This record gives sequence, structure tokens and C-alpha cells, in this order.
Amino acid sequence: MTGVLTIDELTVDIGRPLVKGVSLDLHPGRIHGLAGESGSGKTLTSLAVLGLLPRQATTGGSVRLGDTELLRMGRRELNRIRGRRIAMVFQDPSSALHPQLTVGHQLTDHVRTHLGLNRSDARDHAVEMLERVAVPNAADALGRYPHQFSGGQRQRICIAIALACDPDVLLADEPTTALDVTVQAGILQLLRDLATERELAVLLVTHDLGVMSAIADDVAVMRDGRIVEAADRATIFAAPQHDYTRGLLAALPGSRLETGTHLEEDGA
Amino acid sequence: MTERIVLDARDLVVRYPGSPPVVAVDGVSFTIAAGETVALVGESGSGKSSVARAVAGIDRPAEGNVRFDEGPVEPLGVRRRARSLTAIQMVFQDPSTSLNPRRRVGDQVADGIAAARARGLEGSRPEEWFERVGLDPSWVSRFPHQFSGGQKQRIAIARALAARPHLLVADEPISALDASTQSSVAALMRDLVAELGAGMLFISHDLAVVQRIADRTLVMYAGRVMESGDTAKLWADPQHPYTRALLAAIPKPDGTGRIPAAPTLDDRASWTTVPPITD
Repeated sequence: MTGVLTIDELTVDIGRPLVKGVSLDLHPGRIHGLAGESGSGKTLTSLAVLGLLPRQATTGGSVRLGDTELLRMGRRELNRIRGRRIAMVFQDPSSALHPQLTVGHQLTDHVRTHLGLNRSDARDHAVEMLERVAVPNAADALGRYPHQFSGGQRQRICIAIALACDPDVLLADEPTTALDVTVQAGILQLLRDLATERELAVLLVTHDLGVMSAIADDVAVMRDGRIVEAADRATIFAAPQHDYTRGLLAALPGSRLETGTHLEEDGA
Repeated sequence: MTERIVLDARDLVVRYPGSPPVVAVDGVSFTIAAGETVALVGESGSGKSSVARAVAGIDRPAEGNVRFDEGPVEPLGVRRRARSLTAIQMVFQDPSTSLNPRRRVGDQVADGIAAARARGLEGSRPEEWFERVGLDPSWVSRFPHQFSGGQKQRIAIARALAARPHLLVADEPISALDASTQSSVAALMRDLVAELGAGMLFISHDLAVVQRIADRTLVMYAGRVMESGDTAKLWADPQHPYTRALLAAIPKPDGTGRIPAAPTLDDRASWTTVPPITD
């Protein structure tokens, strides 16, 4: 079965090979987790999808949105897809939002460009989006600035902005890492609900296996630019096949697998 | 074994002006022994940073007192800080603002070394500290912008440790870093601090990291310490309803797809009605 977004043997080279042939299929309504430690290439993989890699990076393989190849697409064409069909949510909502523009401004600009709505329709749509992500007093919130919101509310606003043009794919890179755990719980529930109700294909990049276990349907574990193991959530957590995955799980505090084994540096 | 107490904070109250004034810290007491890592956890706005600023002498607490190495901590003023107080060092959240962008990183670490020498301690070289925090010693002549966020924070840690502190106060030192390097930087801090025989106050909202590195944990809510104790014990058997709620909000890596419930407003109202539990 091919998905809405298909990554096939993707390679990324920035001075040296960093992603070495990654293949993933994202499906509507499913959250696909990409786990791994620092430097494993998980963030580069998600950035490559939207052509957000540094200029000196070279890529190989293929990233297809439906039948459209994204990897060798020109900037102008890519801009029609960025934010429209593929959107992104980042780790730190306070740097993802522009501090000097109102929330309303940031929530209507791309909607007017991509969907061609007029000012008042875009505004109505923005209120609707803020209500959906449960930002209180949505209509008032449009006139306020990012610093007037808490971290959790800001991330909700970022999610509203990402989903405003009704994309097919959401790339979420560590979306809850900067938040308090009590706030994180609410955001995870929101992402899960939105994925289901909007038939959104989500790529969730996180190092946090707890977050992964809470909302990912499928999990791929990356190490050193490659996927070492990919399976549905239950299998990955209950019966990991690869030594590296076992090591990651065993390293968690309070893990059932904790037996004094440590991650092996020399590889599996 | 008698533990040498490096920091003794008693009944700290921190207020910020306003009408009415905001009580950020409402009677917090704790001690930190040499070689010990004490974590301060809690949600944003619970008063963690205010505690850190008061114990490091950046802000003067409205009430209570802070004693460091048996002497009082005089808050920073326009004059040079007393030499003995350079044995308190801080690491801040954002290394791109805590390092001077126009000075070579080796020179900035040398500032720390000079502070140690001024207290009569032996000198050292920036390269040694670079090596200790896992950076290439040949990088000392570079500028901050030539490093990644995680590397910059390692430099800030090197500078703080080069002053041979007895107490390191670290306020969210890992939260601005790339998520997957956070845990290794935190572990590095804990190991180096213990090696130097210093105490550390480690503030973080990342409970998983705290569980790994802290000897003792203080849980703050609404300006008060709701529960404190040995980290392992606190995690295994939390007593206060707030601690329980906080720990229950951490998603478990059990593969069940269960999302923890976010606390309700009623939950929040109930937490402050239960008296603090301390060991």
C-alpha cells in the first residue's frame, strides 16, 4: 500500500553522508513516529521532505506526495506545497511564532495566499481553528501577540497555523519537548484527535519514547542515518527485534527491560 | 559520613512588584551538600527560577536568608562581587545569550579560571576544560557562533566549572538544546560537579532527566515546595497529590497508546489545600 507521502531510499549528504537510505510511508489518519538519538538523522529526514535543508546539502532517493516528486522541485513550486499540503510544527513555539505580529496576522496570511480567502473569511476561519485547538477566547486571541500566551497555548497556536490550510501531511518535530508534562498531555491528545478527524498523515519526530508510545501508530527507529527497525507500536515496545531498539528501551528509567545492559557503542 | 553543607536557604520569600505584588516564592527552605545534585522541578510559573536567582544572589529575597559556605550571600550590586562568592556559578538556559559573541571562547573560559585563581586556587588552561566537557581543545580560539547550541552550552559549563565552584546553579540548562542531546549534557554536568566535589541546584521541567541525575528532588507548585526527598523514593512512592499528578502526566513507554490525562482546574485547586510533605 502506498501512502500519501512516500519517502524512498532518501539520502542526505552535508559534507558527509548523514541520511543513508531511509524509506517511510505515511498514511492518512496515522501517526508515524521516527525515533532515535542525537545525530541519527531523524530531523534531517523531516526537513528534507519540505526542502528545508542547508544549501550545501545534496539529496538522493525520492520523496513523493501522491505522484509528485518533491526532492528536485523548484522553490516556487515547493512554496505552493509548503504550508498548503505539508505543514510543520517545531520544538519551540516561542521561536516558531513571530514576536511582533499578532496571532491573527500569523493565522490568516498563509490562508489568504494559499486558499485565496478574503480578509473576513480568513478571520472567521482563524477563529474556528483557534477554537478547535482550544485556545480560550479565540476571537480576542487574534488581536494578541505570542508573548501574551503560555508555552502550551503557543504550541496550540502553532498547530492551528499548521493546520489552517487543511494539509494532508503534518511534520511534527519534538512538538512537546519544550512543554511541561502536564501541558504535554493535552497537546498529545490534541494531535491524536486532529490526526484522526482530519485524516492527517503525521510524521512525529521525537527522542521521547513515552511520547512515541502515547500517540504513534507506527514507529521507525533510526540510528546513524538508517532505519534499524520499523513496526507497529505494540510490536516495537513489547517485542523489539533489533538490539539497538532493545538498548534504547532498556536505558529508560524504570524499564521492564532494565537489566543493567547498556547501549553498545560498537554497534549491533 | 558528615556532609558538608554548601548551601542553606531558609524560608525564602520572593515578591515582584505589582498591585497586588506577585509572590513568586512563598517560604522555601532547603540545603545542598557538597557533591550533591538537587533538582527543582515544577511547571512554568511555579517559582523555580526565582529560587535560583535568590540563592545565587542575583535577586534579593524579600524574606528569609541564604547562607553559602557558612557565610551570607550578598546580592549582586554595582560593585565587584566578594571573591568568596565566585564559588557560586550559574549556567543559564540559553547559551547564545550567556556567552559573549565577540570574544573567543577560550578567553571566556579563562575568565572562570581567573576567578578560581583569585580565590588562591591553582591555575588551569582553557584547553583542559574543553576536554573535560567533551570539546576539541583546539577550538579555544573560535567564537561562539562557530558552535552548535549543545556545544555552546558545553562551553558555558566549562566556564562555570573553571571557576572551581562549590555550588553550581543551573536554571533550565538543557531546555534550549536539541532534544536528543539534552540528556547527555545533563549527565555530563552531574558527573563533573560530583568530580569537583561541588553541589548543584538543577532546575528543569524535564522529569525524565531529573530522575536520572538528581540525588534529591524538590517539587514546587505555586511558590511552595510541595514535596521533597530522595529522587528514587519520590518517583517510586510520591505522597503529595501534586507530585502524583506530575508523575502521572509522563507518558509511559509501554506501547499501549495511552495518553495521560491532563490535570483539570479542580485538580489544581485541590493541590494547594494539601500541606507540603518533606522528608
